[in-house]
Amino acid sequence: MKRGLCILTALMLILLSAACLTSCESSEASAEDSAKSTATADSASNAREVNVYNWGEYIAPGDDGGMNVIAEFEKRYGIKVNYTNFETNEELYNVLKNSNSSYDVIIPSDYMVARLREEGMLEKLNFDNIPNYKNIDERFLNQDFDPDSEYSVPYSWGFIAMVYNKAMIPEGELTGFHDMWNPKYENGVLMFNNSRDAMAIAMQLCDPPIDPGAKSFSEEDISRATDKLIELKECGALKKYVMDQVFTEMEGSQAAIAAYYAGDISTMMDNNEDLDYVIPEEGSNLFIDSMCIPTCCKHKENAELFINFMCEPEIAAENAAYIYYGTPNKEALELMDEDYLESELTNPPEEYLDKCYTFTNLDDKTYSRMQEDFIKACTGKASDASVVTVAVLLGLVLLATLTITVLNIRRAIRNRGRINKL
Amino acid sequence: MKSKKPSIPYLGWMLVFTIVPLLMVLYYAFTDDTGAFTLNNFQNVSDYSHIFLYSLYVALISTVICLVLAYPLAFSISRCTQRKQSLIIMFLMVPMWMNFLLRVYAWVLILQSYGPLDTMLQFFGIHIKLIGNTGAIVVGMVYEFLPIMILPIHAVMSKIDDSLIEAAQDLGCNGFYVFRKVIFPLSVPGIISGVTMVFVPTASTFLVAQYLGGDQLMIGDVIERVFQFNHNTGSAIALVLMVVILGFLVFMNRFGDKEAVGR
Repeated sequence: MKRGLCILTALMLILLSAACLTSCESSEASAEDSAKSTATADSASNAREVNVYNWGEYIAPGDDGGMNVIAEFEKRYGIKVNYTNFETNEELYNVLKNSNSSYDVIIPSDYMVARLREEGMLEKLNFDNIPNYKNIDERFLNQDFDPDSEYSVPYSWGFIAMVYNKAMIPEGELTGFHDMWNPKYENGVLMFNNSRDAMAIAMQLCDPPIDPGAKSFSEEDISRATDKLIELKECGALKKYVMDQVFTEMEGSQAAIAAYYAGDISTMMDNNEDLDYVIPEEGSNLFIDSMCIPTCCKHKENAELFINFMCEPEIAAENAAYIYYGTPNKEALELMDEDYLESELTNPPEEYLDKCYTFTNLDDKTYSRMQEDFIKACTGKASDASVVTVAVLLGLVLLATLTITVLNIRRAIRNRGRINKL
Repeated sequence: MKSKKPSIPYLGWMLVFTIVPLLMVLYYAFTDDTGAFTLNNFQNVSDYSHIFLYSLYVALISTVICLVLAYPLAFSISRCTQRKQSLIIMFLMVPMWMNFLLRVYAWVLILQSYGPLDTMLQFFGIHIKLIGNTGAIVVGMVYEFLPIMILPIHAVMSKIDDSLIEAAQDLGCNGFYVFRKVIFPLSVPGIISGVTMVFVPTASTFLVAQYLGGDQLMIGDVIERVFQFNHNTGSAIALVLMVVILGFLVFMNRFGDKEAVGR
């Protein structure tokens, strides 16, 4: 039914765009043209190109003295790289699922690899063509999202850490996520404004803890985590739920503590000397972005060549130095500079990584339940009084509208009577 | 009947972009995932009832403040010469040349801790939190919507004929009575459209609370978030909000009828 409605909307939009004047038509036509031209290009000289679909700013561009990795690949193999970006895993998923475009290499995150694999949208890799695979640290292989590592080659990884302001909190006071639930940090704590990350932290702190890396969660698990988040709000420690705002808040010394992605914490620390990081003792979410080949691929050998190239120690090191996330490439780590190796944010101790968990793909029902409960954690609980007030308000509105309409109709009838008399 | 022809383009626009979406909201609000009829969505809405009240409260305060600020200003502008009037109105509109989000963001920078205002107040020994509370949201809203309140009131007031005021004065009205008996009743339509144009968007706006407020959201933010995963509950919330606003509009129009026509 929902689908039917969608189709209806789509149809209407199509009608509308048809009614649109020349500007629309010409742009559509040109889009079609370009689609056609890529199609013909595909059939004509398909051997010499590879279509890569990656996160934005997720490959070394070679602008500040480093290597332009894409240009290097093109120069070495004479294969043209068509490089495009996506912003979220969901966008990547929708493009692969619903459009006819073809990609040869994609770099989704862990849970999306699992989803694509489960839905049969990934090709098995031929590791004979990827000899540099041996450079990849075994820690990042055979993860739950790809148990036998048949479909993915880890490209980059990161984890969630805490950043705090030394001017507000003495060094060494914080040890883990549980410290955020402290009324002492009145209005000073920033929490993730997305259900998955915020709930994961809350789940770790529940008593007994829930494994945030589990394959699915019961309703009870989710409501316990929600209660934990409500506690954060009610104890007065929470300042806000934020995503990108975390940069201005922390860099501008507006908040005391935040949980965020380790790579971004390095950026914040570069911009404000008062900031320092803590690696939470509970462990945290380890996310791994991996290179995969989707089933819509048209140049599989080129794709494997590209993946192999990205696994070369020098290339992986260039990329890691640029994006400043962890690299799963053992050989590349040897080539990194001291800053990178010394920071626990990019090179955390082995014992810490043992405590981390990765996300799995949740079914739609569980995920929307999590999102719904997360909004309740953000808004707090509604009191009975407010429910009654809103109900009464609505009742009054309806009553008033009805009376007024009735009055108007009566007046109209009376007036008509008068006019008739005249 | 023939006068209706010129409105056809707009009627077409309204049909496609207002009526059809409204019908879709209605449809979604009363159905579940499978398309079957249900009222559960409205039960979900009750979880956010406190947010409703909070939003209406913020909208009410912002509207009252806007009115109090705008009314005297609109009056004094309307008594200036034509040249001056257009100049002042232009200056009032200057902030609206900038993007809405940028203006909210500017308020974040002004109000934040260690920001200019905070530093100044601390210099005088006043330590208060300027951002992350209802006060900051109201300030943002008032700044955002003040011009929208001034314009309709000014438009109505500038049409008040000076001779009416002179006549009242000739008949022995003092300043207060001129205002009560002539200016105020004539400006009521302007007040009503101003209040409507401010109250409705303040009650449903989103992002302002996210930037200037603390951990308290407004109903617009809630609708935006719920819509990301559940169209049905999201539509139900939007529908309830629409009904409340509709009631407000009906009430305001009724009030206007009495004030302007009844007496």
